[in-house]
Amino acid sequence: MKREEMTRIYPSLTRPIRTLARRLKRLVHAHRAESTVPMRMRPACQASALLLLGLLVVCRTPCPGAEPLDMTITHLFGLGQEPPILVSISGLSGEAAQVLRFDLYVQGFAFTNAEAAQYQVIGSNNGNIEARVVQRINKSELLGNRVYSGPFRRQVHHLADDFVNAIPGHAKGIAQTRIMFKGQTGSTSEIYIADFDGYDAQPMTRDGSIVAAPCWVPHRLAAYYTSYKLNNADIFYHDFSTGTRRVFARYGGSNMSPAVSPDGSRVAMILSKDGWTDLYVANAGGSNLRRLTKSPQDESSPCWSPDGQWICYASKDGERRSLSVISPSGGAPRRLTTRLASSPTEPDWSPDGKYIAFTSQNGGNFRIRVIPAEGGDAEDIAEGEDPSWAPNSRTLICARRAGGKGNYVLSLLDVMTKQVKDVSRISTTSSDSQPSWAK
Amino acid sequence: MKPIQFSKLLVLALTLTVAAAGCKKTPVKVTEMNGPRAGYGEAGSESISNLPPTEPIKTGPESSASSLPKEGIPSVGPDRFKNYIPHPEILKAYSVYFDFDSSVIKSGEKPKITAVAEYLKAHPGEAVRIEGNCDERGTEEYNRALGERRALASREALVEQGADALVLETISYGKDKPVAPGHDESAWRLNRRSDFVVLTPPTAP
Repeated sequence: MKREEMTRIYPSLTRPIRTLARRLKRLVHAHRAESTVPMRMRPACQASALLLLGLLVVCRTPCPGAEPLDMTITHLFGLGQEPPILVSISGLSGEAAQVLRFDLYVQGFAFTNAEAAQYQVIGSNNGNIEARVVQRINKSELLGNRVYSGPFRRQVHHLADDFVNAIPGHAKGIAQTRIMFKGQTGSTSEIYIADFDGYDAQPMTRDGSIVAAPCWVPHRLAAYYTSYKLNNADIFYHDFSTGTRRVFARYGGSNMSPAVSPDGSRVAMILSKDGWTDLYVANAGGSNLRRLTKSPQDESSPCWSPDGQWICYASKDGERRSLSVISPSGGAPRRLTTRLASSPTEPDWSPDGKYIAFTSQNGGNFRIRVIPAEGGDAEDIAEGEDPSWAPNSRTLICARRAGGKGNYVLSLLDVMTKQVKDVSRISTTSSDSQPSWAK
Repeated sequence: MKPIQFSKLLVLALTLTVAAAGCKKTPVKVTEMNGPRAGYGEAGSESISNLPPTEPIKTGPESSASSLPKEGIPSVGPDRFKNYIPHPEILKAYSVYFDFDSSVIKSGEKPKITAVAEYLKAHPGEAVRIEGNCDERGTEEYNRALGERRALASREALVEQGADALVLETISYGKDKPVAPGHDESAWRLNRRSDFVVLTPPTAP
């Protein structure tokens, strides 16, 4: 196999080999060798695992210059190439099993019988949900028996989170998180909040106008979004816990695509007040408005790096669309490499800072792709648009065009395994889009 | 290519372009920037090979620098025409249509711009809200910005035709306000548009 080919198929090999070897060693140690090669694993992954085992033998000596150990086992494999963790579920029936399966599937799990599973969930749903989780290999308990209370779906979500959080090195559970999105009915749209799986969706606005681009304020029940309520495209700040809202940006022209910084102190946005659609940033109260770009070309869809040091946005480089990164204090933008992806827009930076997900458009095809935050080869994940990361930095929510028409449905993607599931639909809306995951 | 070398080349290329055009006064046009002759990227280096090599290089106020727009037209505040009454039907026939993913006013659409500018000259005291729209194919926020650029390009063109920028406001609906409901080019071409909505002052009570 040529080196280029190998790099393309196994991007993880481009990382320092010794670090990889140590990660593999740890993985083998944690899960015992046989459980790292599930039966459903594709031949390519098997080859990869064998190759890595070989490397492990070659590079046994510790390397002082190696990067610190990353405790996330998921990054052993390249994006989209991780085999799912196999789970069996017994004793839980009907909706309880359904909800648990959904919760786990979109976090990189798959289901099999008790003999083939790495983890066995053994529970009952006669009355309250009750369950424990056993590791098949040594019959040890990963999770001791727990009894749940509260609303039915909440109980299952709670169990899913307890299970996921008990797995050493696995990304934190997301089953009790929530999402915000734009729900359209006919020619009007409202802001909705729902559980991450689309259930219990509630309208947060009832303006009978058009809304766009909701952005959930971290650690608060609040959002920035564009609304046409006042006969202009204005950006509002809306605190849903108190029901109060205020106009955040109402300049002449259109006020679009608000993105709040991870610490909530600043908001990046696209304004046309000075005659071109450019990127601006202001303090969360609206003061200290600063223009970051000055170009008649398009800028759109800003997002923040988790440390608040950078803003990534969709831009145009000559006739080519690209992603650019700029400091919120100004300076020259830097173009990000997005090899293998055409027309990138709608970037979103993962909460762990490692990746940027975005929409890649090729004619009428819209795909979610992911690049390392410093730029590079774009990994194709699934069909969809406008991705938003979950707090676990491995699951994305995006909008998918249903049946090739203009209407959207929301869909969840596990980036590491490329497993995809649509969320449940709300009967009153005809199109759900522009999701923002609560962080 | 290093950025500095590139910008030198770009200045040279644009200088030659102006020189080749006989140094006619080039009006400041924002909309031109979106076309294939944009002053950024690969297009600049392409134009070098297309130019006759014997043309003298001229510098001065007519050179490349002045042909690049330095600023957009600042928008009027959103409350300037707050209580004005909208009349979407008056200039309905003059909606300007655009090519896919473009905010360049096509030459065939320019007579409509002229007509709207004439209307404004004939009706002092009235204003126009320019509403930019897109077809459903792009992503949502990209389209919202694109719709705004269509509205801004229409405003630039109206100002060139003598309209007062202070009676023009812009708004983008992205792809949220299609006029044609279909999912093919026959609908899309009608949705890639700028609408002109006449705003008349509120009548005295």
